[in-house]
Amino acid sequence: MAILQVSNLEKRYGNVRAVDGISFSVAPGEIVGLLGPNGAGKTTTIDMILGLVEPTSGLVTMFGMDFRSHRSEILEQMNFAATYAHLPGNLNVRENLHVFSHLYTINNRKQAIVDALKTFDLERFAGTRTGFLSSGEQTRVGIAKALLNKPRLLLLDEPTASLDPSTADEIRKRLLEYRRTSGASILWTSHDMIEIARVCDRVLFISHGKVLLEGDPRGLPAKYGKHDLEELFISVAREPLTLELAA
Amino acid sequence: MKINHIYSIVLRQVILNKRSWGRWTGILYWPTIDLLVWGTLSIYIQKAGGQEFNVFVFLIGSVILMNFIWRTQQGVAVSFLEDVWTRNFVNLFSSPLTIGEYSVGLVVTAIFRVGFSIGILCILAWLLYTFNIFVFGFYLMPFLAILFLFSIAIGFFSVGITLRIGPSAEALVWSIPAIISPLSGAMYPVSVLPGFIQKIALALPSTYVFEGMRGVIATGSYDHRLLWIGFALSVVYLALGTWYIFLSYRTVLRRGLFSRFSTTD
Repeated sequence: MAILQVSNLEKRYGNVRAVDGISFSVAPGEIVGLLGPNGAGKTTTIDMILGLVEPTSGLVTMFGMDFRSHRSEILEQMNFAATYAHLPGNLNVRENLHVFSHLYTINNRKQAIVDALKTFDLERFAGTRTGFLSSGEQTRVGIAKALLNKPRLLLLDEPTASLDPSTADEIRKRLLEYRRTSGASILWTSHDMIEIARVCDRVLFISHGKVLLEGDPRGLPAKYGKHDLEELFISVAREPLTLELAA
Repeated sequence: MKINHIYSIVLRQVILNKRSWGRWTGILYWPTIDLLVWGTLSIYIQKAGGQEFNVFVFLIGSVILMNFIWRTQQGVAVSFLEDVWTRNFVNLFSSPLTIGEYSVGLVVTAIFRVGFSIGILCILAWLLYTFNIFVFGFYLMPFLAILFLFSIAIGFFSVGITLRIGPSAEALVWSIPAIISPLSGAMYPVSVLPGFIQKIALALPSTYVFEGMRGVIATGSYDHRLLWIGFALSVVYLALGTWYIFLSYRTVLRRGLFSRFSTTD
């Protein structure tokens, strides 16, 4: 059974279709990359999965439950981090983790916070106000928060966008390790095609609110006569119709 | 409704207020300034010939009760604005937290803030002017209950408006309670207001409290039926405020407005 099942999901703002009947699923333990140019509908799709935006039509089910009728049970088992969703800057790192830990059912909160600080190398910043940290450090705090409740499904919207290559590599390793040890699934958006090729089991290319291509990030470029994922991405962004016909 | 979720909202405010002197300005500084200005003015008026009615007691009483409305509304609205300023809604509402739990968290925070603020104000009024808030006797409790429910309702309307309009509605949040004082006759009887404003005044629960306070000071009692009208109105306002906050949240989800709170606009 799929951990996440999205069926004919659509979001319209007046005459604009931000998401146009998207369907996909994420299997247990799978990392799926959601790719597409700016404005393609990735963040709107993630927001609908999180319940931050109400779909115009379509269905989101997670862990076999309909989101509309099981919102709290579902959100209890998942978590989210994004570069644009930093935790409040006026609380220190430990306070932020403490406050957010109470929004989830966590058996040993203190230990969960200690583990999160350690995993993301944040112990020395524990007493520092989050707003005083660099953008990359704040992103790490956000990801640490996202793992507090040991989610079965993790939604990451450009999680390494503000990180230097070395830190980004460390974060990727830790997230992959988390997937390996917990069996969690991850829906991952990024504009870094090398990263996507490295971490994702499967990718979905979105353009104009529709899923255009889907497949293994390592095999997909050759299938469409492209050199690598980046070249394929540029084609999706510039000539979506050509690719749609080719598909 | 999960207690843990509500605790999380309150905990954040407790941490913020515990260590920030700036936040105490709203809680203590302005109420104290109000008390000093109106307390001293009322003593002056009393000495200048206002002895025939107890101007001192009713002005200080009005200041304390008006501050009760103001601080309760701000207890809800400022805690909410903290999440606007820190762009925290995406983090909060992508968790199992519900809008109902969030609203209750704001109310609990408001209770702490207003309890502290009004408690200190009453002590200061006693120390500076030997004014005893218990001069209203039995009536104090219904007065506070009516004002509390009404102020929470105003707080909920402020939150609902900001959710719909976005961070630019902040000015409105600060100014909404200011209109309550002149409309509900906090400093004067409703009978001196222009005719059409009197009709508006009678639709506000706070009017019955301020009229009641003057009645208690003048005669030692107050028509219980009027208290019940004030209480019924405050329950209606609270129900409307609660409905409005849920409606606004639904609008935010439908129109995808949470992204608006991730920008500086």
